[in-house]
Amino acid sequence: MDHAEHHEEHPMIGYGTYISVWLALLILTSLTVAIAGFDLGQYTTAVAMLVAVVKTTLVGLYFMHLRYEPKVFHYMILVTFLIMVVIVIFTFIDDYRFSYLNHEVQAEVHH
Amino acid sequence: MSHTANVAAPAHIHKDYNGAKIGMWLFLFTEVLLFGGLFLIYAVYRTAHSHDFAEAAKELNVVLGALNTAVLLTSSLTMALAIACIHRAKKTLALTYLGITILCALVFMVIKYIEWSGKISHGLYPGSEFIMANYSKGQRIYFGLYYSMTGLHALHVIIGATILTVMFYVIYQRPNETHRWDVFGKDALNGCRVAILDKDGNEKWGSEIDESVKQVHLKMRYYSTPKRIKHEDYVSLENSGLYWHIVDVIWIFLFPLMYLIG
Repeated sequence: MDHAEHHEEHPMIGYGTYISVWLALLILTSLTVAIAGFDLGQYTTAVAMLVAVVKTTLVGLYFMHLRYEPKVFHYMILVTFLIMVVIVIFTFIDDYRFSYLNHEVQAEVHH
Repeated sequence: MSHTANVAAPAHIHKDYNGAKIGMWLFLFTEVLLFGGLFLIYAVYRTAHSHDFAEAAKELNVVLGALNTAVLLTSSLTMALAIACIHRAKKTLALTYLGITILCALVFMVIKYIEWSGKISHGLYPGSEFIMANYSKGQRIYFGLYYSMTGLHALHVIIGATILTVMFYVIYQRPNETHRWDVFGKDALNGCRVAILDKDGNEKWGSEIDESVKQVHLKMRYYSTPKRIKHEDYVSLENSGLYWHIVDVIWIFLFPLMYLIG
């Protein structure tokens, strides 16, 4: 592994890039606030989360230099993300099943 | 007898740049999963009480929330700029940007104080008589999550600002150094010659070292080059920066989920 050489290849990110990313983040924030004004029904939160994910990606790639880090960092983040997804899915399966059983019990009580 | 010595940065202990970065990222993952757990609680309760959450969220001030988002995003920019300046060996500018970042953290906390104290003075805090009498179960859960999530986040802002203040001091303390070489013993340099050469190898200044010379005292001010900085010196500033950006990322999710669902 040529770690030392790898880092010398790191390009210096220009100040301009950071300013552009910052402007994009501010525009996306105003977009989130503006969208919240409209009633998109069940999609309101989904759109807000989509914008938040785009903002996070910008912060990660440029401010946190992930774009210029070795691949191992990307894999580590992917694994953490997948763990999070698994936890969410299992919790919601459990929650759904629990409320379903609850409804069944209540239905039986009514009969 | 003549010696030609190339004066370079002094030898130092090798530090593992990638190891330090990976270690910081592993810590950040634990932070993400810590907040992830709270977001998960939020998601489950909001699914069950979506209407109550929307009603309770109307109590929050969207303008103050959006302002704090802009403050944190700006602080992330100045943090990244501070590191960029350090890479370019611009110490004063780096300290200026770092100072602005810390200032943004303070502004964030002041706005947070205004928000929280306003709500608490209206009796809007978990377990208050007012909230127990006037709010539904879902709304009470919303305020419980609001205080615990933004509270934990504010704690991270305080910790981050403290770390950045320490980094400010550490960098401020740097890089004028005086080095002494005395490993050769008392008479080792006797008969040698000290010279300063220009880029073409012509001697600009030189002097013989005879027995009248007691010590060769080389005082120099050196600025770290990008290579040196990247590998060792400023990985702690970069890691502090990563922590700061994670605090920003968490707020990027907290803001729409707390303020914009009303």
